[in-house]
Amino acid sequence: MSEVIPVNDKQMSAERDTATTPVRPERSAAASRTYAIFLAIGLVILIVAPMFLYPIFLMKLLCFALFACAFNLLLGYTGLLSFGHAAFFGGAAYFTAHAVKEWGFPPELGLLVGAAGAALLGLIMGFFAIRRQGIYFAMITLALSQMFFFFCLQARFTHGEDGIQSVPRGHLFGVIDLNDTSSMYYFVLAVFLIGLVIIWRFINSPFGMILKSIRENEQRAISLGYSVARYKLGAFVMSAALAGLAGGLKALVFQFATLTDVAWQMSGEVILMSLLGGIGTLIGPIFGAGLVVALQNYLATSEFPVTIITGIVFMVCVLVFRRGIVGEFYASKIGRKLGFEHRR
Amino acid sequence: MTIFGIPLQAFLGQLLIGLINGSFYALLSLGLAVIFGLLRVINFAHGAQYMLGAFVALLLLQNFGINYWFALILVPLIVGIFGVIIERLMLSRLYSLDPLYGLLFTFGLALTIEGTFRYLYGASGQPYAPPPQLTGATNLGFMFLPIYRGWVVVLSLVACIGTWLLIEKTKLGAYLRAATENATLVQAFGVNVPVLLTLTYGLGAALAAFAGVLAAPVYQVSPLMGSNIIIVVFAVVVVGGMGSIMGAIVTGYMLGIAEGLTKVFYPEASNIVIFVIMAIVLLVRPAGLFGKDA
Repeated sequence: MSEVIPVNDKQMSAERDTATTPVRPERSAAASRTYAIFLAIGLVILIVAPMFLYPIFLMKLLCFALFACAFNLLLGYTGLLSFGHAAFFGGAAYFTAHAVKEWGFPPELGLLVGAAGAALLGLIMGFFAIRRQGIYFAMITLALSQMFFFFCLQARFTHGEDGIQSVPRGHLFGVIDLNDTSSMYYFVLAVFLIGLVIIWRFINSPFGMILKSIRENEQRAISLGYSVARYKLGAFVMSAALAGLAGGLKALVFQFATLTDVAWQMSGEVILMSLLGGIGTLIGPIFGAGLVVALQNYLATSEFPVTIITGIVFMVCVLVFRRGIVGEFYASKIGRKLGFEHRR
Repeated sequence: MTIFGIPLQAFLGQLLIGLINGSFYALLSLGLAVIFGLLRVINFAHGAQYMLGAFVALLLLQNFGINYWFALILVPLIVGIFGVIIERLMLSRLYSLDPLYGLLFTFGLALTIEGTFRYLYGASGQPYAPPPQLTGATNLGFMFLPIYRGWVVVLSLVACIGTWLLIEKTKLGAYLRAATENATLVQAFGVNVPVLLTLTYGLGAALAAFAGVLAAPVYQVSPLMGSNIIIVVFAVVVVGGMGSIMGAIVTGYMLGIAEGLTKVFYPEASNIVIFVIMAIVLLVRPAGLFGKDA
């Protein structure tokens, strides 16, 4: 194969790098060192955070951060803008809630049911959506997720407008009682970190490399012999499954699943989180999610509707702030000095 | 008299409702297609501009006593100017970027407009009385036709055909079509393309607002009316393909009628039938029924 397909040296070495050492191929050694330091600091902050901040708020933040990272896997690394990710997030919330409440599943299995359900949903939606590109892709995903919304509105097991309420958190592995807030927090944190590692592994795998090449130049990827449609579908299902993991987690944290999570506004919110934090950066969406959730919490008590602020932030981001917070930081003087290179 | 076990009255009634919904789908997808053709922007704010049309008509009536007939002319003008301002100040900065940014920007715009009206006027709908000349119903022999509904169908057809004529048969339309094919070349011939782009967006917004005024007496005037319809219109646009103006119009009416008929035979599916049709079209003809691009 390698004789036929002209792969340039840089790409070859990049693939070898990822195969042997866990170093992000685009970054210098100095950057990965600073990256590791930042990561360690972040981890410490997340571990001690519940002592200073309201744990439910933090758990909500982590759920949305994972959701945004899953979404960004698709937009940032494959270049596909999905306007229908609420279906996976909210759908999985229903699946998990149903599995835990009605079937008596333990929480870890419930989450898996949610993620698997979302993956299946992603397979079906992706099958239709990848037939068109760009702007049409966005519209098709939006329409299909709206279809799912109407399904949830009428289906028996979702209980329509009421949603599934008083979902038990249960005992993790039959031992750890998740009704205890601090156990629940560390469980959420663990799932969040697992999700993040999966995403990180995924985008640095050969599969992820091919996705990036599709983003950069789809025609060329086709001419190199890659079955682009299958790769896109793979990325779509992966992103859906992880969004589902986040959705199921949210259902366990808040102990209910409602129509809000499947509505199109939720798809818009996750786009905003990614955009605000930095599309195509691994940790950007976490910051984006943090800001959006904090803003919602702050405004929840005031009369002023969140939608207006969300809309304005959206417009400002698109007009002048397209790299997002983390992207701007990477591109700034300090970021460059630390060795980060912005690629988009 | 029955058709497939359904009373003829009910059948025709749903057909009419479908035709009316189809009128709005056609008007809105037409505007989307016009804007997309030239600007390469999917105007997510189209639903919000439609809602704006209905609301401005209502506010003009309540505050200044301006009646339906003047509103029909005045409101598209106001919203069109609003569109022009938005395009000049903000949207025009995004043309050099990936079209997805245009979609995201107009999405933000839609949220802002909708949020503002929800904040000011609440989420519940308000009635807008049809003009006295068009109230009542007429007996067609086989069914009663509310006059205003007939008026909606006729006027939307006129507006659709008018827009089609404007684009296909006038000199301005020829410029538009030429700029769609090759903007740089048209500019080299001395046509002011940026102004053309601005006017196009204004025209699209005005069309949406026109549909909004038309819709005000049929549906309740509510801040949410735009976002409810825009997603359906997106599906319509995917089915029709945005390549042709006529395609957008025909698909709009067709899907409206399909939706109406589904209400007769299988009401549970009426909400999703358009999305199902979209999925089928994607399988059979991914470029859309009238689409040229694959």
